[in-house]
Amino acid sequence: MGSLLRGEEMCLAQLFLQSGSAYDCISELGELGLVEFRDLNPNVNAFQRKHVSEIKKCEEMERILGYLLREIKKANISVPERDMNPVAPSPKSILTIMEQLQRLEVELGEVTRNKEKLQKNLLELTEYTHMLRITRNFVQRSAEVFNLYEEFPFLEKDTRMDYSSMQRLGAKLGFISGLIQRAKIEAFERMLWRVCKGYTILSYAEVEEYLEDPDTGEPTKSVVFLISYWGDQIGQKVKKICDCYHCHLYPYPSSNNERNDVVEGLRTRIQDLYTVLHRTEDYLRQVLIRASESVYTWMVQVKKMKAIYYILNLCSFDVTNKCLIAEVWCPVNDIPELRRALEDGSRKSGATVPSFVNRIPTTDTPPTLIRTNKFTSGFQNIVDAYGVCSYREINPAPFTLITFPFLFAVMFGDLGHGVLMTLFAALMVLHENNRKLKNTRNEIWNTFFEGRYIILMMGLFSIYTGLIYNDCFSKSLNIFGSGWSVKAMFDANVWNDVTANTYLTLDPNTSRVFHGPYPLGIDPIWNLASNRLTFLNSFKMKMSVILGIIHMTFGVILSSYNHIYFRKKYNLYLVFLPQLLFLMCLFGYLVFMIVYKWLVFSVTDSSFAPSILIHFINMFLMQRDTGLQVFLVVIAVLSVPVLLLGKPVYLNWFKNGSRRHVGMYRVRIRNQQLVSPSSFLPLTYFFNFADELLHQAIHTIEFCLGCISNTASYLRLWALSLAHAQLSEVLWAMVMRVGLRMDTRLGVLFLVPVFGVFAVLTVSILLIMEGLSAFLHALRLHWVEFQNKFYGGTGVKFCPFAFSLLPSSLEHDGLL
Amino acid sequence: MPSLLFCGPKMAACGMVISIWGVIMLAMLGIFFSAKSAVLIEDVPFTEEDIRNDPNPPQKIYSLYNQVGINCFIAAGIYVVVGAVSLCQVRLNKRQEYMVT
Repeated sequence: MGSLLRGEEMCLAQLFLQSGSAYDCISELGELGLVEFRDLNPNVNAFQRKHVSEIKKCEEMERILGYLLREIKKANISVPERDMNPVAPSPKSILTIMEQLQRLEVELGEVTRNKEKLQKNLLELTEYTHMLRITRNFVQRSAEVFNLYEEFPFLEKDTRMDYSSMQRLGAKLGFISGLIQRAKIEAFERMLWRVCKGYTILSYAEVEEYLEDPDTGEPTKSVVFLISYWGDQIGQKVKKICDCYHCHLYPYPSSNNERNDVVEGLRTRIQDLYTVLHRTEDYLRQVLIRASESVYTWMVQVKKMKAIYYILNLCSFDVTNKCLIAEVWCPVNDIPELRRALEDGSRKSGATVPSFVNRIPTTDTPPTLIRTNKFTSGFQNIVDAYGVCSYREINPAPFTLITFPFLFAVMFGDLGHGVLMTLFAALMVLHENNRKLKNTRNEIWNTFFEGRYIILMMGLFSIYTGLIYNDCFSKSLNIFGSGWSVKAMFDANVWNDVTANTYLTLDPNTSRVFHGPYPLGIDPIWNLASNRLTFLNSFKMKMSVILGIIHMTFGVILSSYNHIYFRKKYNLYLVFLPQLLFLMCLFGYLVFMIVYKWLVFSVTDSSFAPSILIHFINMFLMQRDTGLQVFLVVIAVLSVPVLLLGKPVYLNWFKNGSRRHVGMYRVRIRNQQLVSPSSFLPLTYFFNFADELLHQAIHTIEFCLGCISNTASYLRLWALSLAHAQLSEVLWAMVMRVGLRMDTRLGVLFLVPVFGVFAVLTVSILLIMEGLSAFLHALRLHWVEFQNKFYGGTGVKFCPFAFSLLPSSLEHDGLL
Repeated sequence: MPSLLFCGPKMAACGMVISIWGVIMLAMLGIFFSAKSAVLIEDVPFTEEDIRNDPNPPQKIYSLYNQVGINCFIAAGIYVVVGAVSLCQVRLNKRQEYMVT
């Protein structure tokens, strides 16, 4: 039975899984994605369930995999993108995977730590080298100066010096050298001056190249400084200040020979370190590359295993039969496939006793499953966004396939814009198998891509309505030749003094001015007319009202199908019929009047044509004594109390009057299907008259007032199409016309950027903004005005247990 | 030889789209102006005296129509050039992407 119209028939089934083969059976079911499992242990805490330890193991493995992936991404190694789908591993092979992962984690951790240490070491040596090189310049600069001041020996080395010379000199010269970050050098200098005025000399120079800061890993500029100080206590103070400013201090060589030795030693050490560092990095990369080959497979396997254990936690253990019992919702048509899957699973695990499935009756409402293909899934999604269909009620989606793009196009109606939209959608549809397009992270693009068929339909329908409105980038196309002739006005001598009037009127009453209606759409001459909007407004308003009333009547008729299917015949006579009569007698008559006025009154008697609005108002006030109108109003008014009171009174009588028939009714229900829609009239039927009356009163008021307000709501079809046409015209007049009217020599080159601006504004304002606006309004018309005539929308969506539908936590982190 | 690449892949794609659209739309506009379509009268740069002082009406207006038509064709030609440049950029971008990975 048509799945798109009503949804699949579902049943509740019990699976009896042998303990040995439970894992494999559920793995098979996960691959197929057939059934939805129900939780049989709802009162059990997540930590008290049976397979908690296995799930913890899986999460541990996921943590390690996440760490591995982050490291792989940092090293810019690409993970192979093959479309593989490994099956869930058996519990035995999970141990090997776990072991491998742990080994990898340990190895990776060690290697990374080593690398960091080596890098830190390297940085220190490099800084020391820089320092020695740059301070050599200081010394050489003041070498002449030092020759004069030889009596200032170095403080640390000169223990042999006697007190006499110390006292004579009064001071000992000490040196502190090191590196400091460039940003801090000025503050450092000032602090030194304030603390040890005059007793220190600071010379510094910047290191040309950037050194990597070990903490943050960013390249920073450093400054080499050399402080020469007099006195021991000053030395302590200087050391403390250096500590404050996080300087890296290095021992200052006392003589040139020492300095050269140190430099040589440093150079060899740095060379060695570089080699070691290179080898370490290579080794790290090897490890990561080896890991990256299988990390994807492992991730999928771990995800599947975790999912299977979750499901196993939902099952209950039957002690007598030594098997696991699971309750699933399954489509009736898929029961044979379910049996086959269980047999496969049992066979794979080598169990002697096979697992089997058993259908059980239930009074719970099953979830709704509606099978869609890539074309219908977009439309089903927008219907589901309002509310998922109740079980087995009419699904509005197959009708939305056509009415939604049509109503959109009525509001969008422009040939040029429709062509652009169709081309955009066609590009997306043709490239729909391109993996890069499917898997982008950009949310907005994903939304457009999922709706590519909707956009394609909207574009195609817009081309059609663009032809009808005769509007292409705000200009009309004259394909068939206009039905109006200007020359005839001159020939009939009506327009003899053309220059006297600002506006000239083409009078269709004059002979040969109006040949006949344009074959398809609005005549192109209206684009040149000054009363274009007056005509179009009247036309579009009437069109909107007609379309709206047809749409709503269709909704009411659809409700009758629901009443028939759910075997509530009384609804047909007591709800559907009064609703239809009310709608048709009042608004159907309005549509009739519109069409009648269009057809019957011609050009000759157009000035005597009656106003529909006045007629309609008079009909309500019962001022005309045309028998037909009075009759229609009476029928409409009489249908309101029937709608209000009919159903509650009938149900009350049914419950009270036919108690003796209840037993027979019960028997009748048992003989029907196990889960049938009429079982919603439950065996314990509790009927509350007041409740029902209130409910029906609300429904009546909603329907009757809604008829008027919803009909007026459809006037948005007119409003948005007017807005779109005006925006389009303004854009042409203010942008393109400026470029086209250039008549200077080089003005032609001005047209090129003007067209670029026109194109960008068309796409951004008219296609995207107006498109979204018309989409939204068409959607609202469907959700509210159409669906409140028949749709329940209180269902639950069927979420099958399928591995392909499970999200991975690592994808959430953007690692995949 | 310095790289001829001066815009990224998205900019080049936009350039292609606008160029193709420009060529088609401006060419059609040119044709419609040359066919002296009445709907496009507002876009033709005529003045009052063009209408009044025309010794041989409506040739002045027709010649203005032709002029605008030719302008449109020239602009379409320029867009062909822009389109070719964009196509080169798209190809260069693809090649660069291919070489990096």
